[in-house]
Amino acid sequence: MGGPFLRRAITTGLLGGIPGVHLSLVGMVTALQTRELISGVVTIGTAIPFIFIIIAGWYAAGPDRALGIKPSAIQALGLGALAGALGGAVLAAMCLFITAVDVRWILVNATPALAETLQFDQGPVVGSVLQVAIGAALGAAGASLRVMPASVGRAVAVGGVVTLIVSVMEPFVGAVLRNLGLKDLQDVLYEGGGLTIVGWIVVYGLVAGGTYLWSTRGDRVRARADALPPDRRRVAKIVVYGLLIAVLLLLPQIVGQRLSEVLGTIGLYILLGLGLNIVVGFAGLLDLGYVAFFAVGAYATAILTSPASPAFSPELSFWTALPIVIIVAALVGLFIGAPVLRLRGDYLAIVTLGFGEIAREVFKSQWAAPVTGGAQGILSIPPPTPFERDPQSIYYPILFFCILAAIAATSLAASRVGRAWNAMREDESVAEATGVNTTFYKLLAFALGATFGCVAGALFATKIGVIYADSFSILVSINALALIILGGMGNIPGVIVGALVLVGLPEFLREFSEYRLLVYGIVLVVMMILRPEGLLPSRSRRAELHEHFDDDEEMYAEEAGEETGRPVVTA
Amino acid sequence: MSVMSTDPRPGPMPPSGEEPEPLLRADKVTMRFGGLVANRDIDFVVPQGSIVSLIGPNGAGKTTFFNQLTGMLEPSSGDIVFDGTSIIGLHPHEIAELGVGRTFQNIRLFGAMSVIANVMVGAHTRMGASWWASLLRLPRVREEEAVTRKRAQELLRLVGLPRRYEEDWAKNLPYGDQRRLELARALASNPKLLLLDEPTAGMNPGETVQMTGLIKRLRDELDLTVLLIEHDMKVVMGISERITVLDYGEKLAEGAPEEIRADPRVIEAYLGKQATSA
Repeated sequence: MGGPFLRRAITTGLLGGIPGVHLSLVGMVTALQTRELISGVVTIGTAIPFIFIIIAGWYAAGPDRALGIKPSAIQALGLGALAGALGGAVLAAMCLFITAVDVRWILVNATPALAETLQFDQGPVVGSVLQVAIGAALGAAGASLRVMPASVGRAVAVGGVVTLIVSVMEPFVGAVLRNLGLKDLQDVLYEGGGLTIVGWIVVYGLVAGGTYLWSTRGDRVRARADALPPDRRRVAKIVVYGLLIAVLLLLPQIVGQRLSEVLGTIGLYILLGLGLNIVVGFAGLLDLGYVAFFAVGAYATAILTSPASPAFSPELSFWTALPIVIIVAALVGLFIGAPVLRLRGDYLAIVTLGFGEIAREVFKSQWAAPVTGGAQGILSIPPPTPFERDPQSIYYPILFFCILAAIAATSLAASRVGRAWNAMREDESVAEATGVNTTFYKLLAFALGATFGCVAGALFATKIGVIYADSFSILVSINALALIILGGMGNIPGVIVGALVLVGLPEFLREFSEYRLLVYGIVLVVMMILRPEGLLPSRSRRAELHEHFDDDEEMYAEEAGEETGRPVVTA
Repeated sequence: MSVMSTDPRPGPMPPSGEEPEPLLRADKVTMRFGGLVANRDIDFVVPQGSIVSLIGPNGAGKTTFFNQLTGMLEPSSGDIVFDGTSIIGLHPHEIAELGVGRTFQNIRLFGAMSVIANVMVGAHTRMGASWWASLLRLPRVREEEAVTRKRAQELLRLVGLPRRYEEDWAKNLPYGDQRRLELARALASNPKLLLLDEPTAGMNPGETVQMTGLIKRLRDELDLTVLLIEHDMKVVMGISERITVLDYGEKLAEGAPEEIRADPRVIEAYLGKQATSA
């Protein structure tokens, strides 16, 4: 009976070793040797290959959905260990190979030093054995998440991931602790750019414990909150939001200058994400040229407000210019939206991609230079008074517009408009036959999406004070799209989390910025396979796609039914 | 309109004159796709409050005709008048707004939306909230939202979908319930005319009986007029007050169920088809 499971464990294990090999050979492992993950024990670089092995172990121990069977607890652990050992063996094989054969003429990073690091400086024999053994242990650990009761499994996994992130975010958390006058605590928790063992135990305990309590007691808490009389609930809501806003308002002072800068960038991407989410997530129009709106917002602001702008001499203040910028934005949205009304899916994506590129080239061109400054760009864009061009100050207008945009997007999502968009995304002709004026709603999505993007562009221009056409490359579109996919398409908290992870994390992990796109690719592929609904999906979406820790017997039986074509309901 | 529905008189419909204006009148409707003629010169009348069936072998042009009634296709020639308005050249959403609701042969729900949201999309044309009012979440928008939700819940109950399904994704429902949901979505727009494209396709005999009863009940309780395409002759004969038979895109026969059953041309079209395909 082990046949199909065994085969899958073998393939998963071998495949699980490959990301590690790949990331080693592109140099990420070496580059991240400078940062400790667990201080004195393991660096981020060394840990990376093994993280994939944990995932492989977890994956190998899962149920076979086609056959509708599930390995027993012992089988699961065995399968995980096998997959992990194989993953470790793949790493070991690579290490042995690059020690024996010099392939540096093609793979510059394939140095003997890399092999030594990955073999824990124990030499090829002991090192390889260690790699396989550690792989097996980690694979079994990954598999054990399947064996534990769902609530425990979730707590263990969430604890691990969050602690990892807290460790990686040392620059941020460390700065916060220092600015709060908790230097002693920081010394205990962090060392060498990562959490100490004590730090790991403390953070892990808190997070895993908290997650466990929430998953076992959370329903009761929620039920009690629901049982509160409406006015009390309202008060509780106001208190929670008030606290949140207070923290957000104090944040720049707490984190200091450099991290405020990062927060500002994250904020701009949240705005972009919220806007693109309307177009792609709500209305299902795949727009790959979203950067065009960002550029229009930035240029319109620059032209209207900068004394150095070539075309428009009266210098408006940021706040007077903004309404004009928004109107221009909406018009540009309609202008781009109108010709692509009849296009669907891939065709729309290609055309909008073209629009994005055209926008940048036009702004840069000699022809537009009398207005846009051509390749020179536009200089000395004033800050939005009373705020100054200082990360800790400009943070506030960005925060303000983020909150505004989040509220607007939430209101739309739950309304007649949001439903019409979703219906259009699901089936355009049926939406039309049901009475949705799809032409109008498409244009509305483009115009509103454009408005959000333009506001982000306006803030960007006033934040950095100088704009060049080359700041508006396709990468901006891709980043915005990647963050909404990562966070959970169509979901507003998801956009915020996506921006934090995709824009924030690289800033805290400077060593890795060189590999940013590589990691984007990997993260997106892995996400699509393991968690297609995104990190923070809406509730119904989770019900649809989730199988991770919730697959207790009953739900599992239903999923198996779905595979065999029997009609099935997920309650 | 209830006059028609309670009128048991069989027999050929006299051409207009003494009859009240029908809810739907198709006049020489022709649909050409290049050289292929899918519908040729179809004259067709659906009286107020009746249940009318459109039958015919596969490929006879029934669904094409439906698509013209809902504006998804525009007839190559001819005229269609619904409730006193010619619908030629109107967009599907405008026709939906006039009061034509439909279901589809191969169920087409908004799969990744909740059951209740599917029905509420159906009510789209009956809601007035503009985009900026929704953006500002004005009190009247919230009120309308609550009223619509309540009405959607009533419709779900009416078609027999259990409450616990409300927040599930439409695509996760069992097949029979998906058909019911599609019906609820069509009803949410308060249609005057309900077009059902094979409402009992793929259902077992028990479900079919339920669905037939439901259609009759809806007609009586909601003052609907129903036009349906159906292959199940038991359903057709049991439910229809009038039947129109299409074959090769042309109208072959029209009349009360008894007449159709006895019509030699109809028998030939059906048996002939079977004989050649067997």
